[in-house]
Amino acid sequence: MALSRRTIAVAAGCVALALVPPIAALTNQPFYLDLFRRMMIFAIAAVSLDLILGYGGMVSFGHAAYLGIGAYAVGIPAFHGIENGWLQWSLAIGASALAALVIGAISLRTSGVSFIMITLAFAQMLYYLGISLETYGGDNGMRLAGRSRFGGLVDLREPTVFYYVVLAILVLFLALGNRLVASRFGMAVRAAKSNEARARAIGFSPLRYKLTAFVIAGSGGGLAGALLANQTEYLTPDFMHWTRSGEIMFMVILGGMGTLFGPVIGAVALLLLEDVLSALTAHWQIILGPILVLVVLFAKRGLFGLLVGEGSDG
Amino acid sequence: MSITLALVLEQTLNGLQYGVMLFLMAAGLTLVFGIMNLVNLAHGSLYMVGAYLATAFTEHTGSFVLGVALALPATLVVGVVVEVVALRTLYERDHLDQVLATFGLILFFNELIAMIWGRAAIFTSVPSFLSGHFRLLPGLPYPTYRALIIVIGVVVAVLLWALVTHTRLGMRIRAGASNRTMIGALGVDIRLLYTLVFGLGAALAGLAGAMAGPLYSVQPGMGEAILIQVFVVIVIGGIGSIRGAIVGAIVVGMADTLGRAFLKPMLATMISPPAADKAGPALASMSIYLLMAAVLFFRPEGLFPAGRRS
Repeated sequence: MALSRRTIAVAAGCVALALVPPIAALTNQPFYLDLFRRMMIFAIAAVSLDLILGYGGMVSFGHAAYLGIGAYAVGIPAFHGIENGWLQWSLAIGASALAALVIGAISLRTSGVSFIMITLAFAQMLYYLGISLETYGGDNGMRLAGRSRFGGLVDLREPTVFYYVVLAILVLFLALGNRLVASRFGMAVRAAKSNEARARAIGFSPLRYKLTAFVIAGSGGGLAGALLANQTEYLTPDFMHWTRSGEIMFMVILGGMGTLFGPVIGAVALLLLEDVLSALTAHWQIILGPILVLVVLFAKRGLFGLLVGEGSDG
Repeated sequence: MSITLALVLEQTLNGLQYGVMLFLMAAGLTLVFGIMNLVNLAHGSLYMVGAYLATAFTEHTGSFVLGVALALPATLVVGVVVEVVALRTLYERDHLDQVLATFGLILFFNELIAMIWGRAAIFTSVPSFLSGHFRLLPGLPYPTYRALIIVIGVVVAVLLWALVTHTRLGMRIRAGASNRTMIGALGVDIRLLYTLVFGLGAALAGLAGAMAGPLYSVQPGMGEAILIQVFVVIVIGGIGSIRGAIVGAIVVGMADTLGRAFLKPMLATMISPPAADKAGPALASMSIYLLMAAVLFFRPEGLFPAGRRS
C-alpha cells in the first residue's frame, strides 16, 4: 500500500508533537511544553467540533460550553476534596454529553441561522450560570485545588507525563473520529448534511444520527475541558465565553473543516499566531481580526488542504 | 423588598424600555438577514460605535442632543464603509463564513475602540434637562430619560413600518426580501439597495448605543452582551420578520427585567431566603434563554416566521 500524502503528514505531525518535550528539555524552554500541551487540548476540542461542523454541517457556535462543563466537572469535585481523576473525567464526559443531548434536542429542531444563534445562546446561558456559582468563585473563577489524581499510574503534576497523556488522548480521539466518520454512522451523518430530504427518503431519520454526533462532539469538548482545567490549574466562566467558541470554530476553518487532522493544525497555528502577535503588541486582536476575515474570504480549504492537496471531503 | 403595584408598574416600564433598545438592534439585524441573507455578528459593534461616538460628540459639543444627532449619521457612515469593504463579498457565502468573518470584525472593532478610548468603562450621565422624574400616576414617579427612550422607540417603529409599507424604498426592500434575483432582473440597483439597508440598520444600532450610554456603562465588548440577547429576540420572533422583532424584543425585555427584579423575592416565598438569594439571580440571567428554548420547542420557526421565497 502506497503511503498517501495525508498519512505521511499525519504521521509527521504526531512525531513532531512527540518530540516537543525532549526538545523543550534540551533547549531549556519549558514554556514550549506548556504551549504545545495547550494547543493539543484545544485541538481535541476543535476535532470534536469538526465532527459535527465539517461532517454534519451543524454550525454550532457554542462549543466552548462543553469546555466549561468539563472544566467545572474537574474543579467542583476537587474543591470538595475529590481528586480522583477517573471520577472527575468521567463526570466531565458524562455531564457534557448530557448537556449536549439537551441542547442538541432543542437546537436541532431548527437549522441554518437559527441553529447558530441558538447554540450560541445556550452557551451564553451556561456562561451566566457559571458566573452565578458564587461558591465556586463566580465571575472570577477559582484555583483548581489540585490536578486530577490517577493513583500511582500517572502523575499529572509531572509536566512531561501530563504532556504525553494529552498527546495520547489526542491520538486516540483522532483514531476514534477517523473510524467514526468512515463507519455507517458517519456516512449517515454526512448524508444528512448533503441532503436531508434524500436521507429521509432512503429510510433513516437524520435527526437521531445528528443528535448522536452532537452528543459525541459535546463529550469530546468536555474531555478537553477537563484537560484544560488541569492545564491552567484555574477555572473561570471565561472558558465558556462566546469568543472562545468563535476561536474553536476558527481553528476548524483555519485547519480545514471536514478533515479531522486539519483542526489540529488549526489549533496549533491559531495559538501560535496569538502567541506571536501578543508578544508584538497588547492590541494583537486588531491584527488577528482582519487575518480571520482574510482567511475566511481567501483560504477556505484550510492549512491541511494546502499541505496534502485535498479539500474538505464533506 | 416587598412587591407593590407601583414597583411592578415601574419594572414593567423598565422592561418596555429595554425591549425598545433590543428592538432598535433587532430591526436592523433582521432586515439585513431578511434581505441580504447575511448573519452579521458585528451588528453589536455598530451599537458600541454609536455609544462611543455619541459620548465623544457630547463631550465635544457640550450638548447631549447634538451628540446623539451627530452619532447617528456617523454610525451610518461606519456601517456603509464596513458593508462596502468587508461584508459585500460575504452575501453569496454560506452562514459559517459570514459568522467567522464578522467575528473577526468584532475582534477588530473591540480592539480599535480600546486603542482609542481605553479598556475602562466610561460612565456618562443623563443630561440635566432629562435627568428628572415625572409623575406617571399619583405617587409613582418615573425617570424622564427612560420614558423618552420608550417614546423614541415607538416613533422609530412607526416610521419603520411606514417606510417599509408605504414608500418606494420600502417596496423594494420587501421585494428584495421575497425574491432577490427577480428584483435585480427588474432593473433595481441591488447593491445600492443592500448598502442602504445596511446603513439603515447601522444607524438604528447606533441610535440604540447612543441612548444606552447614560444608562449602562460604555466599554469595549458592550455590543456583544446585547447582541446575544438580540439573537434571542429574533429567534423568538422569527428571523427576517419586523413584526417578530417587535414582539420578541418586548417579550425578552420584559422577561429579562422582570426576572431580575422579581424572581428573587418570589423564590424567597417558596424556598429559604439564602437559597433564593443564590438561585434568583442565576435563574434571572438564564430566563430569556429558557424562554427561547420553550418557544422553539413549540414553534421552531419562531412566533412570526417570515415567508421567504428565494
